[in-house]
Amino acid sequence: MGLGAYIAVSAALFALGIVAILVRRNVLYVLMGIEMILNAANINFVAFNRFNHAEGSQSNLDGRMFAIFVIILAAAEAAVALAIVLNVFHLFNSVKPAEADLLRE
Amino acid sequence: MELSDKLFYGLLAAGSLGALAVCTLLGGGGGAAFALFAILVLAGSLLCIWERSVVRSAFCLIGTFGGTAGLFLLLGSDFLAMSQILIYVGGILALILFGVMLSPPDLGERKLPRVLSGLVAVGAGVAFVAAKVASTVNWAQAAELAEPEHATERIGVALLAYDQYAIAFELAAIVLTVALVAAVYVARRRKIDLQDEGARG
Repeated sequence: MGLGAYIAVSAALFALGIVAILVRRNVLYVLMGIEMILNAANINFVAFNRFNHAEGSQSNLDGRMFAIFVIILAAAEAAVALAIVLNVFHLFNSVKPAEADLLRE
Repeated sequence: MELSDKLFYGLLAAGSLGALAVCTLLGGGGGAAFALFAILVLAGSLLCIWERSVVRSAFCLIGTFGGTAGLFLLLGSDFLAMSQILIYVGGILALILFGVMLSPPDLGERKLPRVLSGLVAVGAGVAFVAAKVASTVNWAQAAELAEPEHATERIGVALLAYDQYAIAFELAAIVLTVALVAAVYVARRRKIDLQDEGARG
């Protein structure tokens, strides 16, 4: 399959991530939507990296490296987001982002 | 099972089979493999949006993450595919499940009209952009695509070579350390809260 097919899958995954964030009113779905969006970006990075590799040349690592760093930062983001989400549950006793409207306790 | 559920699962299955058939006709074995993983990715995220319970949604994400790993494999990045499975399925999904377990149940649940209108809006948007892109952009491709290279060793060397990614690698390590320590600090239960509960109980 060509580059266009991978781009299409990644675009659809990105859009579905946005839908998950906007449509389901729940903090956990916001987390899941963000992970989908990061995954879509990763597919793009790796696909462009692959289709940039012509016969007879050494492959370029840049796209794959970017994807690796995105995965690392996604892990850090998930940990911090979970901590924040736990605090939100604790303070507001709710899973709806709209109800968490105070920064203080 | 409600009628809307039956309709959705039926449409999803039919669409998947159709996409599989089209890709197999167009691209043979490679097309079928691509279609399989792409369907895993998209069906996983669609089901994640559709399912009522958060736990089910979280498990549907396994399909999305695993399918992405499969796409990485097809693109010749085996190291990335393995890290994807290790970190996403093994780590991030476990974290999300912890969040599900520690959260109060969501009684508002899913609003079907919201889900449907969101899906329709996004479907229309993606279709429009795809048509526009397909009719205007000419993806310039390398004439002869080289065989995928198994670059795990080169990735390892590049991560530690000071003239390549060593600084970014160390920065990522620092960011991870700080983020995880901060997460533990933010998530801990404060003494005051525990005293409050003791006084209440």
